[in-house]
Amino acid sequence: MLQIRGENGCGKTSLLRLLCGLSLPEAGEVRWNGAPILKARPDYHRALSWLGHSTALKSELTPPENLVLAGALAGNAALSATDALQRMGLRDCLHLPCGALSAGQRQRAALAGVMRRPGGIWILDEPAAALDETAIGLLERMLEEQVAGGGIVVFTSHRELALSRPQQLHLEQFR
Amino acid sequence: MSAAPASLPQAFTALLRRDFTIAYRRRGEWLRPLLFFVISIALFAFAAGPDPALLATIAPAIIWVAALLATLLALDGVFRADYDDGALEQMLLSPHPPSVLALARTLSHWLLTGAPLILVSPLLAGMLNLPQRALPELLLSLLLGTPALSLIGAIGVALTLAARASGVLLALLVLPLYIPVLIFGAGAVHTATLGGDASAQLLLLGAILLLALALAPATIVAGLRASLN
Repeated sequence: MLQIRGENGCGKTSLLRLLCGLSLPEAGEVRWNGAPILKARPDYHRALSWLGHSTALKSELTPPENLVLAGALAGNAALSATDALQRMGLRDCLHLPCGALSAGQRQRAALAGVMRRPGGIWILDEPAAALDETAIGLLERMLEEQVAGGGIVVFTSHRELALSRPQQLHLEQFR
Repeated sequence: MSAAPASLPQAFTALLRRDFTIAYRRRGEWLRPLLFFVISIALFAFAAGPDPALLATIAPAIIWVAALLATLLALDGVFRADYDDGALEQMLLSPHPPSVLALARTLSHWLLTGAPLILVSPLLAGMLNLPQRALPELLLSLLLGTPALSLIGAIGVALTLAARASGVLLALLVLPLYIPVLIFGAGAVHTATLGGDASAQLLLLGAILLLALALAPATIVAGLRASLN
């Protein structure tokens, strides 16, 4: 588990996007299992779950519909969409379109989508954004379980999360 | 990771199903280009006056230009919503080839905005007094031409996603590329109204469509990556 720290604007999100392969580095390369991710794209993407500032939930679709779609695109869903959503405490929102949910509920639904694919690498940008105390507890447990199961978590968070010994990486402001 | 990864055909149909569900729940949106198509053609009919012979002469050009502009109007929707809510990032991070997913997205967009134009075009052809014998060529030219317009347009959309106020930029970028399709499309219908053989123009339209099918998906993905970078 690796937490990336640093001031606003020091490049945390940029670093995460580089790790995902959404941005390309000007120098150097990102490797997955020893191979550059540009060459090992299908393998890497099969293992990767990315959650950025936008949740990728379609506001016209219900949370289960969204998760089933995401599962069809990403593959490897180990947990059914409904189970994952219920574990994130969204039992009562399964039939509402995502547009009718609050920001915190949408974030919970997006995290449920990540939870469905344990074991690979999770890259999460501010996963605690908009979450309440209960949901933060759920998030902490979910991250611990992912690491205990041999998975990788790389995340940024301005909120302190109660996690057992995440490695820290401090980014310095540079110009 | 117990379950097997979803196959590419599953991902393809899942995307199509998603787009049709969204279109069903948000009906006004995909009807707009269709209404634009109908109204703009009606405006021409009103402006050109009650001379049936004149209308019949310019009908191929009117229908084709209106179809082209209606396609352009609808174009921005092909990736805009996915760009705004982050679904596009997830599409590019899927283990499936992104060019196939981009093709699925363009296909569903054409089915929702391009195909309805073809369905109502006989009605509008009647309104413009287009000779009956040119109807097969009209339908066929639209069937071959509008998907090519959607594919070429999707490249422009992918490139202009990150730009502010991209509407005019998109038109400037895409309209010149539409000229060959317009020439052969309207030309085929015009030849048919005169009773000639339009197969040459239709074959050329088919060739443009095949070329777009082969080249556009990879180009769209390159544009999307550049816009998200």
